[in-house]
Amino acid sequence: MSGDPLLEVEGLVVRYGAVPAVRNLSFAVGEGEIVGLIGPNGAGKTTTLLAIMGGLPVASGDLRLAGKSIRGRAPEEIARQGVALVPEGRRIYGDLTVEENLRLGLAARPGRSGAADDLEAVVELFPIVGEFRRRHAGALSGGQQQQLAIARGLAARPRLLLLDEPSLGLAPKIVDVVFDALAEIRRRGVTVLLVEQRAQRTIEFADRTYLMANGELRLVLDPDDAGDTDRLVAAYLS
Amino acid sequence: MTTVVASFVRDVVDPQVQIDAIGLGAVYALMAVGIGLVFGVLRLVNFAYGQLIMAGAFALALASEWDWPVWAGIVLCFAVVLALSVALEWLVFRPLRLQSPAVMLVATFAVAFLLQSIALLWFGPLGKPAASLVTLNRPVTIGSLDVRKVTIVAIVVAAICLVALVLLLERTSIGLHMRAASMDFTTARLLGVRANRVIASAVLISGVLAAIVAVMLTIQFPLVTPGFALQDTIIVLAGVVVGGMNRLFSATLGGFAIGYVSGLLGGALPTDQSQYLPSLLFGLVILVLLVRPAGVFARGGGPVERV
Repeated sequence: MSGDPLLEVEGLVVRYGAVPAVRNLSFAVGEGEIVGLIGPNGAGKTTTLLAIMGGLPVASGDLRLAGKSIRGRAPEEIARQGVALVPEGRRIYGDLTVEENLRLGLAARPGRSGAADDLEAVVELFPIVGEFRRRHAGALSGGQQQQLAIARGLAARPRLLLLDEPSLGLAPKIVDVVFDALAEIRRRGVTVLLVEQRAQRTIEFADRTYLMANGELRLVLDPDDAGDTDRLVAAYLS
Repeated sequence: MTTVVASFVRDVVDPQVQIDAIGLGAVYALMAVGIGLVFGVLRLVNFAYGQLIMAGAFALALASEWDWPVWAGIVLCFAVVLALSVALEWLVFRPLRLQSPAVMLVATFAVAFLLQSIALLWFGPLGKPAASLVTLNRPVTIGSLDVRKVTIVAIVVAAICLVALVLLLERTSIGLHMRAASMDFTTARLLGVRANRVIASAVLISGVLAAIVAVMLTIQFPLVTPGFALQDTIIVLAGVVVGGMNRLFSATLGGFAIGYVSGLLGGALPTDQSQYLPSLLFGLVILVLLVRPAGVFARGGGPVERV
């Protein structure tokens, strides 16, 4: 890890009723890093993100943001401490306009200072969002909605951006747009935890990638490991 | 039979009946907004809404008994209704927020009966008159119409309240947060929208509307009893469901519509048959719901989620 840890997950256990979804998971994300989290369906990736965000109760273990525990905090408090989640399935407000969706992203900011500039910066990154400002978000295509969801997350000016499968269900061309945007977000110094199904692309792109299966951490991979399909397949099937 | 129908139709189109029906519709629309706002953010049907209005009406009656000036009585009415709304939010809504809708509905039933019983203990079944507001119930003559001042006030106040509410919901951050929370509360919280602030705002605005309705109903029906506004609340709840509960706009239209229809039927039915009014009204409600279960003004005709 290059920088100081911004996010530390330590011995995290999350259960749905009696069924454990995440078992004793520990990892860290350094300031300014892009860290990938991959694994088969049901591995516990989304559960991990929701637990970090305060959206699910933590059975045991700890979650720390810049050294301070955020375990047991309400989602809105965690959002206000600078963590933004771009949720799986985008969760865009289809009945609101694109601009209103973006303004909702400002809810996590402590004040309004600099909000207009940040919105402009976000629109620069995703021109489509600016172009369709007044349109209902429900009228956008899947790829456009995904861009809006990421833009909404960035409007909060987060220290840590959690992305849950941003390329899910998108055409290959749009996936490129999304990954290009992620590269730009990295240049802007935002720390990112990226959950993805596209394993190889994520391993290549991220500074470090964790592979989860069955609620547990199985592998830690570097960008050089992207070609090592045998190891990946073995871990996926384990 | 033909003459009965003809007289009924003549009465329905009579401008006097029309203006009174619009006045009642305006008051019911405000109640519908009050109920709809809280339902939007909490998915809670606040059955105790009528008792909030009743409490405000008793405040007006007491102020009248103490010979307070009218404005002081209105201030007391607002203070009582808002204090009760805040207490309700802290003691009932907030702790039960994550429970099932059934639990919350039964809890508001309990609150409704509690408040009604307290009123019964304190003021007795015969209630108290709120005499000081009676001047507003006198008619002014416009052309051939005798319009009660309160009808004009009700229509104007309702229009102002609805415009103010639309501006609040459309133009302010808290309005945007309330709209988002009523569409998808979980995502709103993940985005940093403060749940407690949104709920408190909805409950407070709903309380302000209850106080306004208390003033207007007390002007029209100055004898305040423990059952005050109970039937109106039931009718408005039916109106909200008929209009479409999932959207504030359709709920409000539903409230207005049922008030308007109720006013028309009330004006057109011969006095000796007025006991049929609720049966007629709820018969219509059932008929409408059979045809459009999601609500007359709701988008699409599919079944309503989460109600």
